Amino acid sequence: MTRVGLIRLVVIAALIGALELACRTGLIDHRIIIAPSEMASALWTLLASGSLDADIARTLGLIGLVTALSIVLGFAAGVAIHALPRLREALDPFFATYYAVPVFIFYPVLIAIFGLTLMPIVLIGVSTAIVAMIIATLNGLDRVPRVLGKVARVHRLGRIATALQLQLPAAAPYLFTGIKLAVSYGFIAVIAAEFILSPAGLGRDIADAYADFNNRRMYALILFLLVVATLVNAVLHSLDMRFAARRSGGRA
Amino acid sequence: MNAAPVQRDVHAELKGVTRIYSAVPGAGAKLPVPALGPIDLDLVRGEFFAVVGPSGCGKSTFLEVLAGLQKPSAGSVSFEGKPVSGQVPEGIGVVFQEDASFPWLTVWDNVAFGLRRNGVAAPEMRRRVEDALAFMGLKDFARAFPSQLSGGMRQRVCIARTLVLQPRLILLDEPFGALDAQTRLLMGDEVLRLWRRTGATVLLITHALDEAAMLADRIGAMSARPGRFIEVIATGWPRERDSTIVGAAAFGEITGRLWERLRGESLKALGHSDVAALAAE
Amino acid sequence: MSTARRTADTLLLLAGLVVFWEILHRAAGETAMPAPLPTFAYLLHNLTTPRFIANLTTTGLELGYALLLAYGIGLAIGVWLGAHRLSGAVGEPILVSLYSLPKITLYPVVLLIFGLGISGKVAFGALHGVLPVALLTMGAIRAIPPVYLRAARALQLSPWQTITIVLLPAALPEVFTGLRIGFTVTLLGVLLGEMFASKEGLGAMIIDALQLVQGEEMMTVAIVLFAFAALANGLLFFVEHRLRRV
Repeated sequence: MTRVGLIRLVVIAALIGALELACRTGLIDHRIIIAPSEMASALWTLLASGSLDADIARTLGLIGLVTALSIVLGFAAGVAIHALPRLREALDPFFATYYAVPVFIFYPVLIAIFGLTLMPIVLIGVSTAIVAMIIATLNGLDRVPRVLGKVARVHRLGRIATALQLQLPAAAPYLFTGIKLAVSYGFIAVIAAEFILSPAGLGRDIADAYADFNNRRMYALILFLLVVATLVNAVLHSLDMRFAARRSGGRA
Repeated sequence: MNAAPVQRDVHAELKGVTRIYSAVPGAGAKLPVPALGPIDLDLVRGEFFAVVGPSGCGKSTFLEVLAGLQKPSAGSVSFEGKPVSGQVPEGIGVVFQEDASFPWLTVWDNVAFGLRRNGVAAPEMRRRVEDALAFMGLKDFARAFPSQLSGGMRQRVCIARTLVLQPRLILLDEPFGALDAQTRLLMGDEVLRLWRRTGATVLLITHALDEAAMLADRIGAMSARPGRFIEVIATGWPRERDSTIVGAAAFGEITGRLWERLRGESLKALGHSDVAALAAE
Repeated sequence: MSTARRTADTLLLLAGLVVFWEILHRAAGETAMPAPLPTFAYLLHNLTTPRFIANLTTTGLELGYALLLAYGIGLAIGVWLGAHRLSGAVGEPILVSLYSLPKITLYPVVLLIFGLGISGKVAFGALHGVLPVALLTMGAIRAIPPVYLRAARALQLSPWQTITIVLLPAALPEVFTGLRIGFTVTLLGVLLGEMFASKEGLGAMIIDALQLVQGEEMMTVAIVLFAFAALANGLLFFVEHRLRRV
């Protein structure tokens, strides 16, 4: 491990240790925050009991579904929009403002239309995540070097072969950025939707535990979600690093 | 000097070729822009032909029309007796000015790209790729990715990727434009070696007069846009030659002659209005 | 392509959205999705009622305080991590991973610490905004070419002059990008806060309207929020553009 990595680990450990100490000595009221060790043990008990399994499956399944739909549909939409320059120019202002407006505010509207089913969550999740994938796809296709088109013709490649063998790999780093964002947005939208209004799911569990003053359960659930989100981000980040290291190292 | 032997083996031929671009969007004026020609040229089988001219004169357009990447607006292009139009014929290889190596493939896979496309059997492919890598001095970098190489090495990868397909006409579009002067001289030696070994016809586009004078059997000096050949100079170099000929007296003469023809054109390309007066100084 | 045609195309798409809304209304029914026209009428009629203005003021106030906090803390952290190399190397990955966490999970914690009133929502909004401001400020300071510092020394500028004439203008455009993005996510944070366990503000209004089956009110609040966010973003974007040109 590098020196910087070591320092970072020490800093994080010190922060957690300080929180632990503050909770143990009563400096922080246990009705506000419980000690990190207690969160961990509460989570362990909760996971071992199996009572959380259904909600974990539901929430992570929803996040997976939302992310997959956003990536596939966003990529297809991106390719289509890239092929229609006029539509694209008309859409550009929408793309530029999309993440500046709180699209999430439509979640209650979707509930009014579809009721408290899975549909509103999936729709709000996809609406949040898909645009990042569309923008990333457009960006990636824009950055495919023009010379690759000429190389394709020198090798007498057809349209599909050009797309699969040259354009797709050339745009891949940008597409991966889109995938990372889609995962992140999918996560945020699904949890937020569950938290605010939903019949089940981990977000709902947290809200319930908060309402019941059940801090052990609440902090266990929060810890679980934060750990899962951090793990997913770490995996995506390391994949990204591996691609980047061999593809762009030293390239101007 | 414009020596045309009575019996020559014409490999590629351009007759009355012009290229006119329709108005570029956003450029204001809607007038069509003549970019090239008219051009008449015969490339003799096995010769090394260089094209020099001021920037923006249409050199690259010329190469792309010859390669079949662009259609001529008028006139005809033929390669090995067959007309070229809108498609790159088998037997022509092109190396571009921009870095066209595939960053997602190793050097080995970059070079093997065309052979894989053509369905060449594995043992044959391995033999040809290793051969091309060895010839271009890339043997030790077979497993490297282009991003780990210098600009000159990446351009070698592109040359190897072309060479491995055994093209009979190799078109080089300012392949060394982005390299420093010394590296360019050395890459010139590589190209001469390549030319001698493959026996292919080579057409090199360059803006460097010394590069053209050192490498080519014949040099076409191109005018400012729309590009036409204002003179074709035969150098008379022996087939066995390398970059040391930059010390020869004839090298200076050829370079001087080229500059004499191109100075006015270069000034025009720079946008000087009183070209005649400046050129006469 | 001419600007006029592009604008026309964009307006056409906007009109398409309204048509889509009308179709949705026909498909979903009156109670779930009101029609566009009655909604706009409702909007004009209710925009000036005391109830609406009170909620608008609450949200505005919360957003203002949250921005003050997010900008102040974010800029301080950003300057520190940008100027101090080791701190930056240690801190950046921590900030980046915090940035991509679903912060809504932390809202109960914020509520336990700050209570259900305005301060909880302000804190939650600021929690969202701090990270992008800090990250982009750090990036802006790191991206200042070292040659600027050498040039400043060659010109024998005082440290204060170096900061005000060289470093600040060099970093400003990107810092401003951070402020713009910070604005967006702070607004989102404040609204999310209002949507959960709150009785005041536009976010709470939407949830109340959902429970009272008040489709027009929901759409009205959504439109007002969209218009406000888009306008503010456009304004900040304009300023940012001007800064970049300098």
